[in-house]
Amino acid sequence: MLKKALYGLLLIALLAAPLLGVYPLFLMKVLCYALFAAAFNLLIGYTGLLSFGHAAFLGLAGYTTGYAIQTLGLSPELGLLAGVAASLLLGLVMGLLAIRRQGIYFAMITLALAQLLYFVFLQAPFTKGEDGLQGIPRGKLFGLLDLSHDLTLYYVMACVMVLAFLLIVRIVHSPFGQILTAIKENEPRAISLGYDTDRFKLLVFILSAGLAGLAGSLKALVLGFETLGDAYWTTSGLVILMTLVGGMGTLLGPLVGAFLIIALEDRLGDIGQMLASLTGVSWFASLGESVTIVIGLIFIVCVLLFRRGIVGEIVARIKPLRV
Amino acid sequence: MDIFGIPLQALLSQLLLGLVNGSFYAILSLGLAVIFGLLNVVNFAHGATFMLGAMVTWMGFSYFGIGYWPMLILSPLVVGLFGIVLERGLLRWIYKIDQLYGLLLTFGLTLVIEGLFRSIYGSSGQPYDVPALLSGATNLGFMYLPNYRAWVVLASLTVCFSTWFVIEKTKLGAYLRAGTENPKLVGAFGINVPLMVMLTYAFGMGLAAFAGVLAAPVIQISPLMGQPMIITVFAVVVIGGMGSIMGSILTGLMLGVVEGLTRVFYPEASATVVFVIMVLVLLVKPAGLFGKEK
Repeated sequence: MLKKALYGLLLIALLAAPLLGVYPLFLMKVLCYALFAAAFNLLIGYTGLLSFGHAAFLGLAGYTTGYAIQTLGLSPELGLLAGVAASLLLGLVMGLLAIRRQGIYFAMITLALAQLLYFVFLQAPFTKGEDGLQGIPRGKLFGLLDLSHDLTLYYVMACVMVLAFLLIVRIVHSPFGQILTAIKENEPRAISLGYDTDRFKLLVFILSAGLAGLAGSLKALVLGFETLGDAYWTTSGLVILMTLVGGMGTLLGPLVGAFLIIALEDRLGDIGQMLASLTGVSWFASLGESVTIVIGLIFIVCVLLFRRGIVGEIVARIKPLRV
Repeated sequence: MDIFGIPLQALLSQLLLGLVNGSFYAILSLGLAVIFGLLNVVNFAHGATFMLGAMVTWMGFSYFGIGYWPMLILSPLVVGLFGIVLERGLLRWIYKIDQLYGLLLTFGLTLVIEGLFRSIYGSSGQPYDVPALLSGATNLGFMYLPNYRAWVVLASLTVCFSTWFVIEKTKLGAYLRAGTENPKLVGAFGINVPLMVMLTYAFGMGLAAFAGVLAAPVIQISPLMGQPMIITVFAVVVIGGMGSIMGSILTGLMLGVVEGLTRVFYPEASATVVFVIMVLVLLVKPAGLFGKEK
């Protein structure tokens, strides 16, 4: 009951937010990263696999969608489809390679593969190198709906987001999701019960890649540009942080984490100014340029003291009250 | 004299450059392996430590006028002390939980260290001169051998093989290997395992800093110089496996050479060749060249 009420509130907030004066562009960016983090969470939170290369999917899908719309002149829905398809394919290739090793090696392999792709993007002509793709047109959805209006695009995105979130909920609560949890808890035991865990790991990796790709495609469409930064490993680190802050293995955690981290990146300059005037330490004024330091500190604090994340912590506090 | 249409001099100098890079890979992956063995932590901060080694060397000269040779000892010591602080203050709290958190914690550390240096020094490179004793080149008849590069390879090999010797052939090394195998039992025999762990981390960090000092005159010293390094070294570790000290050293050197040769024959792929080799190794021998299948 509490859960349903919470989801209802979230849905209302999602629909009402731009009408209450929050910038649609900021909200759309949050939604993109929320989807990205939710996709990532399928791996770390529900299967226990740490992918350190998820930036590859965000970047590849963004470039594919941008290229498809801008150069090939495809409609936005086909552009999104192309982006997701490209990520699914990359997910298949990366997944096949990465699941050949366990644990910490899995993280290192995904990181290295993503870096390989980054160098390809750096040198390939279709990404336009350091400049990136600029001025990707939004076009008309199904030839009818003009997406150049921010609010229109926002509601389209909100729809996609709700559908993607429902898909993730469905995956987690399905028998397939139960097997993933079994792999996370104790892989040898899952194997001994007769499950071909590699197949499940590969499938969830591909699913996660596809959803991350959807986030990347949407992001390219929303912002109208795609640059190398999306494919760099710092982006992979960022999505890990979002999930960690929000709560790994919780459905709402990645959404909360994405919102907080994007808001923090956006507002850090102002926060720094405020701290500088409060404490009189002028160094704080330059905080806006030192996002990485703050992000790193949050990482350290989360790992040492706060591994359950915000939502995980709340769930853990509520549970004993109910019994 | 030409080989496959490449002048011998160019080929040999790229080969040497490859060996220089390979030496750095070897030292870094060696340190990574030693730390992972005893602490169960994949030290993402190893790239940042490499940068610290070079940066401290540069700072030693520009603030205190201390030259290259004293810094060759001082810089690893300073960075090693910093390692002790990190181990006591942060790392020791996470030994008992999932290995992934070690990676994440050191990743956060990397961001903080690099971010701090970047906010002070910007991301452009600082120049550092080759020490006078090693400037210039020696004419070997068939090629000019830059003295400094030869020194880097020589010094790295000495350090790598001394480390291998200490770990594989001495009593101290036996304690270390036993600690990797079963820390509780080693502790029961009266060996101070937490101290050993602390010093191991400091040693690994010191090694990376030593590579950083060696790199200072040949690489642009910048706060971000460790970033490409650490990811390549991760690929090296995946290729070689972290179980074997000698394996780490040989894999590091070999990949450096392969990278150097790629730069001669197909320069476009020189940044990616290590990763491509990693893919091939994963396909053919998933446990890594020197790893054992569990």
